[in-house]
Amino acid sequence: MEEKRHTLSVLVENTPGALARIAGLFSGRGFNIDSLCVAETLDPTLSHLTLVTHGDEFIIEQIIKQLRRLIDVYKVVNVTEEKDYVEREMALIKVRAEKDYREEIFRICEIFRCKIVDVSPRSYIIEVTGDREKLQAVIELLKPIGIKEIARTGIIAMRREKKSS
Amino acid sequence: MTGAQMVIEALKREKVEVIFGYPGGAVIDIYDELYKTPEIKHVLVRHEQGATHAADGYARSTGKVGVVLVTSGPGSTNTVTGIATAYMDSIPIVVFTGQVPTKLIGNDAFQEVDTTGITRPITKHNFLVKRIEDLPRILKAAFYIASTGRPGPVVVDLPKDIQQAKGEFDYPEEISLRSYNPVYDPHIKQVEKAYSLLEQAERPVLLLGGGVISSGASNEAIRLAETLNLPVTMTLMGLGSFPGDHEQSLGMLGMHGTYYANMAVANCDVLLAVGARFDDRVTGKVDAFAPGAKIIHIDIDPASIQKNVKVHVPIVGDCKRALTCLLNIIKNAGKPKKYWKERFKDWWEQIEIWRKRYPLSYKNDPNYIKPQFVIEKLYELTKGEAIIATEVGQNQMWTAQYYKFKYPRTLITSGGLGTMGFGFPAAIGAKMGNPDKLVIDIAGDGSIQMNIQELATAMEQRLPIKIIILNNGYLGMVRQWQELFYGKRYSHVKFHVLPDFVKLAEAYGAAGMKITKPQEVEPALKKILSMDTLAILDVHIAPEEDVFPMVPAGKATTEMILV
Repeated sequence: MEEKRHTLSVLVENTPGALARIAGLFSGRGFNIDSLCVAETLDPTLSHLTLVTHGDEFIIEQIIKQLRRLIDVYKVVNVTEEKDYVEREMALIKVRAEKDYREEIFRICEIFRCKIVDVSPRSYIIEVTGDREKLQAVIELLKPIGIKEIARTGIIAMRREKKSS
Repeated sequence: MTGAQMVIEALKREKVEVIFGYPGGAVIDIYDELYKTPEIKHVLVRHEQGATHAADGYARSTGKVGVVLVTSGPGSTNTVTGIATAYMDSIPIVVFTGQVPTKLIGNDAFQEVDTTGITRPITKHNFLVKRIEDLPRILKAAFYIASTGRPGPVVVDLPKDIQQAKGEFDYPEEISLRSYNPVYDPHIKQVEKAYSLLEQAERPVLLLGGGVISSGASNEAIRLAETLNLPVTMTLMGLGSFPGDHEQSLGMLGMHGTYYANMAVANCDVLLAVGARFDDRVTGKVDAFAPGAKIIHIDIDPASIQKNVKVHVPIVGDCKRALTCLLNIIKNAGKPKKYWKERFKDWWEQIEIWRKRYPLSYKNDPNYIKPQFVIEKLYELTKGEAIIATEVGQNQMWTAQYYKFKYPRTLITSGGLGTMGFGFPAAIGAKMGNPDKLVIDIAGDGSIQMNIQELATAMEQRLPIKIIILNNGYLGMVRQWQELFYGKRYSHVKFHVLPDFVKLAEAYGAAGMKITKPQEVEPALKKILSMDTLAILDVHIAPEEDVFPMVPAGKATTEMILV
């Protein structure tokens, strides 16, 4: 069966142990976590977790059911299944910025609408936001110049509102 | 009110009559309150593992929540096997563990261990209480979570300063948790679909699991089977949910199930599974499990459905309610019993052929006691009315095959985790909960030694439990695997030293008997059953007797080794 990447949006009780329970569920049952992003919501008693995983449809069904089974899990939505959704990730990329390459870096930043957020004599930190493909493209282009360090947030996602007539 | 008092008060509110525990530094405050609370019976075990299994046996045999109280550190880690055992079989227990004071947590303090961390994957839920204000609600939630939905163990970790802290005891009568809403009522459309599958079926089988017992749905299951004339098979956990002596019972299915049960499932066209989770010991090779069947699966846990096998009609809900709903639909459809009898006549004829071809059987031997014979005799003498706990291994499988469990909650066995050393302490719990019933532990010479220390507990409580040791001097089930699949290389399964179980019993003030010949079986069983004290019957059985039928692990259930 075909393995696919799925983005799950999970609302959990903001209690100690809730995250450990979810992480433990994935390791204990042999599921994969490709990325995980946790932050608070407007309701301080709930945390929002965006989790990217992959597997065939049976595994994804199990992952969702097992997540729902946890007492602390309030809601699980398979965003990927909703089809109409927005996905974003941010990366900070520290890239070598010797004189000869600065022009090229500027060009890449302009094309991909990245920001240079820190400048030092030998390197820049570039902030890039977008979907996975865009981040990957930027990284590939910067690689030959020399990436010193990367920090990525992991994906966050949101369903689009239905565009009713 | 102090935290310790709140714990005791909550036990009273939850109508807890008995708890199983072992004191220690981090729970002295609760024990101090217990001292002043004679209405709650405390069973002092000899090892915390025994406490958890006893609470588990109490829960399995009564349907009530079993309660454990232990100290921090080793007290808590010793409960782990018991908690995992209860978790795998969905048994409601609440385990209170002491913890070092909150300000010392994380400090590697004396007898500190991360109890919630350790027990997280083996509990339905667990709590570390950090504020006295949260305690009443957590206590209520613990019992609520343990006993509702798909039941399971809950751990409440209680730091010593919380036990001593004072607070308002505002115990909620009812509790609702926004993130926990088990579905009890089945979707009627799904049940209608199930009925229409059954209506079209030519070769249906009803498969009953432990969920039938925990939801109290035995009567409904019996009515369903009798109305539709369905052949019934059970998982190990489901034994007793349908009378084993009923003519429609095919007994247990799976690895050591009957030939006819496995054949019926392999050849059925509709399989109605109720409260069973399609464990690998039941399915064998999954691809070859009920290959031609449309599967209807009733379970309260959505995650159990479609986990191992593909299900055509999933029904999420309480087994009892789902079966009641199905029975109503059947009633409204108005087909008389006669119709169903006629309808599945050919199917039953085929099943009877299988039943006659390979009934459960063994060969008696004048020189050796056969374990199957012991269980058969025990069944005869107790008329199937006893509560039987088992250990794990051959003793467990022979019991499952030859004791025809007639009622739910009469077989107390560790099905999922397969915990050796479970049976005897579980029998203690069962006897505490059912003082008027005969409680017997069927053991092996290996597993009985794993919690033998609880003899003192049982004697102290004056519990006339009977322990029947099927003694073959081996770790029998492993030896059987080595014999069949590992070229008879009996690697470290022979016990060269075993205690004299008769003397051991006597050392604890119990009675002990040893038998070695077949003709001694019946009189010895009669003798120990008539005693009003705890008695061990050490039965020296044929040392290399195997459990058959057997489906080798990973093989199709039709590829049975029969004798």
